Amino acid sequence: MGEKVLDVRDLRVWFPVRRGLIETITGRARLYVRAVDGVSFDIRRRETFCFVGESGCGKTTTGKALLRLVPITGGSALFRPSKEVAEELEKRGVTIDEDGMVDIFKLNEKQFHPVRRDIQMVYQDPFGSLNPRFRVRDILEEPLIVHKIGETKSERLEMVSRALEMVKLTPVSEFIDRYPHQLSGGQRQRVAIARAIIMNPVLVVADEPVSMLDVSIRAEILEVFNLLKERLGLSFIYITHDLSTARYVCDRIAVMYLGKIVEIGEADDVIQEPLHPYTEALVAAIPEPDPRNRLKFRDIKIKGEVPSPVNIPPGCRFHPRCILYEEAIKRGEEWAKLCTKAEPPLVEVKKGHYAACFRHEAVRAAVTAKAAGGS
Amino acid sequence: MPLLEVTDLRTYYYTLRGVVRAVDGVSFTLDRGETLGIAGESGCGKSTLAWSILRLVPPPGRIVGGSIKIDGMDITKMSEAELRRKVRWRKVSMIFQGAMNAFNPVLKVGDQVIEPLLLHTDMTREEAWAKAEEMVQHVGLPPEILERYPHELSGGQKQRLVIAMAILLEPDIVIADEPTTALDVVIQAQILNLMKRLYREKKMSIILITHDLSVIAELAEKTAIMYAGKIVEYGPSDAVFENPLHPYTQALLKAVPRLRGPKERLIYIPGSPPDLRNPPRGCRFYPRCEKRFEPCDREEPPMVEAEKGHFVACWLYARR
Ligand SMILES: Nc1ncnc2c1ncn2[C@@H]1O[C@H](COP(=O)(O)OP(=O)(O)OP(=O)(O)O)[C@@H](O)[C@H]1O
Ligand SMILES: Nc1ncnc2c1ncn2[C@@H]1O[C@H](COP(=O)(O)OP(=O)(O)O)[C@@H](O)[C@H]1O
Ligand code: SF4
Ligand code: SF4
Ligand SMILES: [Mg+2]
Ligand SMILES: [Mg+2]
Repeated sequence: MGEKVLDVRDLRVWFPVRRGLIETITGRARLYVRAVDGVSFDIRRRETFCFVGESGCGKTTTGKALLRLVPITGGSALFRPSKEVAEELEKRGVTIDEDGMVDIFKLNEKQFHPVRRDIQMVYQDPFGSLNPRFRVRDILEEPLIVHKIGETKSERLEMVSRALEMVKLTPVSEFIDRYPHQLSGGQRQRVAIARAIIMNPVLVVADEPVSMLDVSIRAEILEVFNLLKERLGLSFIYITHDLSTARYVCDRIAVMYLGKIVEIGEADDVIQEPLHPYTEALVAAIPEPDPRNRLKFRDIKIKGEVPSPVNIPPGCRFHPRCILYEEAIKRGEEWAKLCTKAEPPLVEVKKGHYAACFRHEAVRAAVTAKAAGGS
Repeated sequence: MPLLEVTDLRTYYYTLRGVVRAVDGVSFTLDRGETLGIAGESGCGKSTLAWSILRLVPPPGRIVGGSIKIDGMDITKMSEAELRRKVRWRKVSMIFQGAMNAFNPVLKVGDQVIEPLLLHTDMTREEAWAKAEEMVQHVGLPPEILERYPHELSGGQKQRLVIAMAILLEPDIVIADEPTTALDVVIQAQILNLMKRLYREKKMSIILITHDLSVIAELAEKTAIMYAGKIVEYGPSDAVFENPLHPYTQALLKAVPRLRGPKERLIYIPGSPPDLRNPPRGCRFYPRCEKRFEPCDREEPPMVEAEKGHFVACWLYARR
């Protein structure tokens, strides 16, 4: 892993809730879906960084924010553009800091356009994401034309072939003239990946790239990601609700809950020694192909279901579902009183392993220090 | 006599572009109080098999061969009226794939939950409602939930209601088609816990259909592996998972990512399943099989009992 390529601080994406007539007349305060509610993380070169969490916790919205596909409510995202894109940006009057980074949330639409070369997205649905009337060669050539890359048709064809080789759709001649319906699900997803990497991006955001594929071919795609990371030095954001696939591709994992990151760490640490009760529940919930589990009840220490992101609970947003908190309160433990009073910040609890939960002394200390400093 | 005995079942779809042989010679039995898991890739015929057992195959599909005996009665020969009176919901009920998303948005969920009771018994609306309240509590929901509308419920709550509906008449067999596929892992685990509990308390037989081998391992005593319209391996779950015999099962198990234990390299099965309008001659797995040899592309392998109670359809185990 190398230098930082992305450094996101306090990203917020709030969607206004459509108001009914009554709310408008009575002038009730505007409500928001706080899809992403203060998220900070960084990504290094040659790193696969994973977001996991239940449906609706804000994973996709975080990914889309980096491509500016959703309106950004707040926060910053320092990004290290490639040489070509950096030149383009400077031509458009953007200054790049001495560290080679630029805040992509501060760019206007015209300035952002070249950044789209450097940050690519792969979607969940390999069936819907490819134009059915285009052949593989056209699908891959299109972004080159849009971004004016490659002088001649034959130069572009050369790039198309190289991208197909990278995702191991070989022999290239066998695949290049096919239409999407003539490809299997795994092959289609490889074409989608080839399209994402053809412009030699810095970062690829892959949103549930294998969840619609059959188990028998998932590993095919996971292997392609690992290969590209090594060979091209790409960085990936891998979005999934499935911790077990994350384990095979990710260097680090961020666990999201209701728009916030509650834990970040090395993949193995997060899975084997989770620090946040929510992560513990996620890990405990995952079934395995082992019939010895049969008829053993799974002990998942979590109550109820995810509340609406319009009404985020005060204090720790996980507290209404947290059994650790509930038990600590019953036992009269002092620390647990913080859970409903303050929002636990994400603090480094062990080396390189961060958690936002007051069960850890370091997290409590961070809050009391802040309170002392503030008063 | 087994509770359910399916013999050489064939269910085909007669589409304009050809005959889809979705279930093509499937045989298995299910005993009282037993759980059977049926696993296979998408499109291999799992749902079609499930619909066949209730005789609810949608057109242009038809059961074209074989028999399905429930308590010794062949339901492929029954009249529609007899089926409705004696079999559906009373003897066999089903948790349909995606049913939680099929609630009518303008009706209270309670009115939809009691529908099978009104249709299949002579209960009055009040009696049916009371019965529904009881069953809803069995699946861990408050009875008041019946007064609500679908949009007021979470995915997990809706799926619990669908399960409550399936057990309303306390049937002998519940067929669950992908009951947890659309759910988040935490809710999936809660639903699986619920199914384990119901299975113990109510002594029902369950047929659990899913593409997810891990879900099968959580619940099923016996496992059948389906490929391209056929069962290719069948036996006690311990045997199928720990000593898989069919090359397809072996590969599939090595393709499943695991959360715990050593991180072995995942494998994948190259290619994709065959078009069921025109499946390959011989063994249907032949084009993707690493171990294929001389007879495989010519003749279909017979199902043989390779070890006690553990069946496999592959030439590696059959004598010619
Ligand atoms: N355009 C939008 N307008 C309003 N709300 C939105 C919009 N997009 C997303 N949301 C809401 O924001 C929250 C986060 O959504 P997001 O799609 O990021 O979740 P996710 O973690 O990717 O979930 P999944 O696992 O289901 O894909 C959800 O409550 C969602 O309903
Ligand atoms: N209504 C239908 N008309 C035509 N073909 C169908 C219909 N339903 C399913 N099929 C086909 O039958 C095969 C088996 O489908 P299905 O039973 O749904 O598989 P599974 O549940 O294992 O995913 C597939 O090839 C599918 O395309
Ligand atoms: S801060 Fe409190 S409520 Fe939140 S996860 Fe930790 S123990 Fe639970
Ligand atoms: S019969 Fe032949 S092709 Fe089929 S699974 Fe066995 S070895 Fe492979
Ligand atoms: Mg998403
Ligand atoms: Mg199905």
